[in-house]
Amino acid sequence: MIAILDYGVGNLYSLSSSLKHLNIDTVITNREEDLVRADKIILPGVGAFEDAMKKLRESGMVEPLLGQAASGKPLLGICLGMQLLFTESHEYGVHKGLGLIDGVVASLSEDLKALGGEAAGLKVPHIGWNRLDIRPGHEEDPIFRGFRPGSHVYYVHSFYAKDCGESILATSDYGLPIPGIVRKENVMGMQFHPEKSGQVGLSLLSQFNQL
Amino acid sequence: MITKRIIPCLDVRDGRVVKGVNFEGVQDVADPVAMARFYNDAGADELVFYDITASHEGRALFTEVLKEVASQIFIPLTVGGGINSVEDFDRVLKCGADKVSVNSGAIRNPDLIREAAMLYGDQCVVLSMDVKRVGGEFRIFAKGGREDTGIEALSWAEKCVALGAGELVVNSIDTDGVKGGFDLEMLEAVAKRVDVPIIASGGAGKIEDFIHLFENPAIDAGLAASIFHFREVEIRQLKEELRRNGIEVRL
Repeated sequence: MIAILDYGVGNLYSLSSSLKHLNIDTVITNREEDLVRADKIILPGVGAFEDAMKKLRESGMVEPLLGQAASGKPLLGICLGMQLLFTESHEYGVHKGLGLIDGVVASLSEDLKALGGEAAGLKVPHIGWNRLDIRPGHEEDPIFRGFRPGSHVYYVHSFYAKDCGESILATSDYGLPIPGIVRKENVMGMQFHPEKSGQVGLSLLSQFNQL
Repeated sequence: MITKRIIPCLDVRDGRVVKGVNFEGVQDVADPVAMARFYNDAGADELVFYDITASHEGRALFTEVLKEVASQIFIPLTVGGGINSVEDFDRVLKCGADKVSVNSGAIRNPDLIREAAMLYGDQCVVLSMDVKRVGGEFRIFAKGGREDTGIEALSWAEKCVALGAGELVVNSIDTDGVKGGFDLEMLEAVAKRVDVPIIASGGAGKIEDFIHLFENPAIDAGLAASIFHFREVEIRQLKEELRRNGIEVRL
């Protein structure tokens, strides 16, 4: 069973529908006992980092989440949920994250502008289908079982993870390499929306369920 | 890099898909869920549903249809039609929509864009504009293209983006339903004024029209209805042809 952590951020309809579609038993919850009982946990999220982190704290779920992650249970953060896994975010100030994966969340538009040239002209948010490239040496990671090289996934975001080199499993090119999938042992993040990425996304969710 | 997007648009009335030619002579085509599945399998990058129902019952029916689609189809869904308040945003987002398109609602109350963008983020708010040439300028039309609002379209686009619209659907009434190609001149004029993604609508009749459309790098997506519904253009074949022409697409 997968527990989707509901801490009042974003819409969970598509995510829970996609898991149902895959015949995965799912519970949408904000209770510790459900996290304990679940085989896997998904941390969703859309919106602003600071607000999401605040709501997560208010839900009382930070400690249980960290406890479950420390116990080795597979945890998947999606979109803003992935960003929360990192050390800190520089989205409108500096905010502390869950610290489960080393790295910082930074402004995509600032970094693209700093690059200059064509990158500086790219639109932010980064919205749309982008090709997901597996980082060389990680082709055998179980999450990529059945993954067809050259497949696209659907992104919607304005901030991105950086200084997280070690944990990167796959990137998408948008003027700079955007970390698409990161993983540190049992803790994994996807910057794109697997629940909106068609068959490719469903397959990634299905592989996560089999970890 | 992100791909160019191909987006079929489904007008829904009383739970059924319809498509007007020049917004008149509406004709029933098919069941929304079946159509959504068909387009998803065909490789559509996104689906747009416009609720053209006027009645309260029809609106409830639309919400049910949307829920059903969103529980089976896992690509981005944009919903428009009858969006006049943040409550309307809330209603369709809860049923699985990812983006909400405003048109007349924004003309009546431009602040709706700002309020919705604050609540749900810019990426969630799509401004749909029906544009027609009048006396040497581009004008915004309302009521399904029947009423000249007198608003100049390019400054309107700019204003709405400043308020928080994260994407624009630019529908040319001049080329809509004619199948002679997209309104490249109008699209270029809009693209020069804003830096959010632009979805071109109105006028697609054949594959070449999309190739010409994407010659302008500022255009992000092409939207069409009847040519897809009647299978005059097959999406997979269209995308293969685009790729052959060096345009990045998702296949």
